[in-house]
Amino acid sequence: MKRVDFRLEPRGKPSILLLAGIPVLSGLVALVLALGLLSMTGAPLGRAVLLLIEGAAGTPFALTETLTRATPLIFTGLAAAVAFRAKLWNIGAEGQLYVGALAAVAVGGHLETPSLVLIPLIILAGATAGALLLLGPVLLKTRLAVDEVVTTLLLNFVVLLFVQMMLEGPMKDPMGLGWPQSVPILDAGMLGQLVPQMRLHSGLILALLAAVAVHIIQRHTFIGLEMRAVGGNAAAARFAGIPVASTLVITGLMSGALAGLAGVSEVAGLKGYLTSDLSPGFGYAGIVVAMLAMLNALAVIPAAIFIAGVFVGADTMSRGLGISSYFADLVVALALMCTLVGSLFLRYRIRILRIA
Amino acid sequence: MIEAIEIIGQANFWAAAIRIATPLIFGVLGALICERSGVLNLGIEGIFVAGAMSGWLAVYLGTGLWTGVAVAAVVGALCGLLHGVFTVLLGLSQHVSGIGLTMLATSSAYFGYRVAFPTVTSPPRIEPFAPLNLEILNVIPIIGPALAQQTAMTWLAFACVGAVALVLARTPIGLAIRAVGDNPAAVEAQGLSVAGLRIGALAAGSALMAVGGAFVTMSAFNAFYFGMINGRGWVCIALTVFASWKPGKALLGALLFGAFDAYQVRLQTLAGGVVPGQVFLMLPYLLSILALIAVARRADYPRALMKPYIKGER
Repeated sequence: MKRVDFRLEPRGKPSILLLAGIPVLSGLVALVLALGLLSMTGAPLGRAVLLLIEGAAGTPFALTETLTRATPLIFTGLAAAVAFRAKLWNIGAEGQLYVGALAAVAVGGHLETPSLVLIPLIILAGATAGALLLLGPVLLKTRLAVDEVVTTLLLNFVVLLFVQMMLEGPMKDPMGLGWPQSVPILDAGMLGQLVPQMRLHSGLILALLAAVAVHIIQRHTFIGLEMRAVGGNAAAARFAGIPVASTLVITGLMSGALAGLAGVSEVAGLKGYLTSDLSPGFGYAGIVVAMLAMLNALAVIPAAIFIAGVFVGADTMSRGLGISSYFADLVVALALMCTLVGSLFLRYRIRILRIA
Repeated sequence: MIEAIEIIGQANFWAAAIRIATPLIFGVLGALICERSGVLNLGIEGIFVAGAMSGWLAVYLGTGLWTGVAVAAVVGALCGLLHGVFTVLLGLSQHVSGIGLTMLATSSAYFGYRVAFPTVTSPPRIEPFAPLNLEILNVIPIIGPALAQQTAMTWLAFACVGAVALVLARTPIGLAIRAVGDNPAAVEAQGLSVAGLRIGALAAGSALMAVGGAFVTMSAFNAFYFGMINGRGWVCIALTVFASWKPGKALLGALLFGAFDAYQVRLQTLAGGVVPGQVFLMLPYLLSILALIAVARRADYPRALMKPYIKGER
């Protein structure tokens, strides 16, 4: 009897074409799968696709909206990419985003100083808050061997409750007509608009700079090398004399700070004040962005724009056709699964074996 | 102060504790089966949601309650199979695949709910499992009436604890599952299929998780709400470590957590607005983290947990 089996054979360095092609293909396959599901519900497929594309990139307004939505995703995508590279499973970007935003309004809502002082202070406060929130789980991991996945995940829920508590209590805006929202950030603390009349703000510039900075750190510095070594094989890294624990701590501080900046840019760039529904899951979507980018800092930018386009386009589609906007979440989840399978082809080639 | 202590003597408090514990019992049992076989299943949070939604929907569409539970179990098992293909057959990251599964199962459930009910504002309801009212238990003080109020699904959870303990400890298949999580090469040498055992464990464990989710919409409540699972799945992952992968301790851990959660709610009303309610709501999550810290040092993880097994590789 003939039996067909398959084997995964390791491959050498993947070509640039493969590196770029697989994420693009994964994103497209995810879209096609989701649209296939959509057509099963009886929705007019052609119009759905049209609305999706039009909503994401059809007009200058749509484009700026997509870039606005991409801004926090670049930050959270970088946060996940930095951490995952060192095999530090930070699933807590959502919580770090919220403490970053909380710190930003705490500083930016009260400190009467010129922009040149206030904006850097807000950025510093948000980044520090995010970094400190992740420091706890990282130290628990390095000192007490507590798994960071569960601690970072559970802290997301704790932080959201904490933010709600602050917004209903000490940080509630007395002028907010009773709504649980923070005081607005002073005008001097707001990141400027990039395009007049549009919501796009200079948080995007900050995000792009962050991506370049992370890229340089990962590729051209010693700590970047250490992070990759720890992620590749922690035991071997330790044997080679790399301080694994302190490398993980630095990785964690960087990752948390990046996620905190997502919160900063959302409140100081877009909303102006903090509410407890600031993030529709940017922290979790950041994981998908990072995976689509194959954990490459610069590739996080197009990956974030793609995911943002899906979200913004799906909004338009759901308004136009009465389809739930949970469709976007479905595409994002499918994109993660597709990329994960796709990543296999980077490391292995599949050899079909026929056994007689 | 006295009132805070009196709570512990109330049957209603213990009834609530057991009610809160029930989905966690299913969840921790499911998680420990997966992890005992060597695979971390972070899909649990999404499987809870998918089980809650699919079981409830089946009943809403006219099937019996137990058929609904079976539907949830099948949906859960399918999720487990998907995770198995990704992590066992393809050897992909168990962390990322699990998170992806959670996102996929959650968004599918939410999207499916919105497809079925595009415009409803108040969630449609079903006739849920009724309390069994086992009068005979009332002779036992406090705990007796608390148990008597429970539904058949809670008793199913208790039965599952015994069944999982028995299967893992006393049957060849249980031995094989434990072995494959500790030393897959040895299992392979015995002529057993590592992939088959792990995928089987994932399907079975995930089915239990989904039944836990179904309990929430079919017994604890009578409708499906967005965000109703709210981290219960992640709590189970923490409790699994706390229970050191043992079914008996899983029951204990879930009941302790349930008691704490029920206590927190009652304390909140006692505190009467002096302390913000969120402080109390945070406690269960913080407790889970503390439980993890308490046992982390001596946690005896299955040796091959999170290590994909590829034939011929060492």
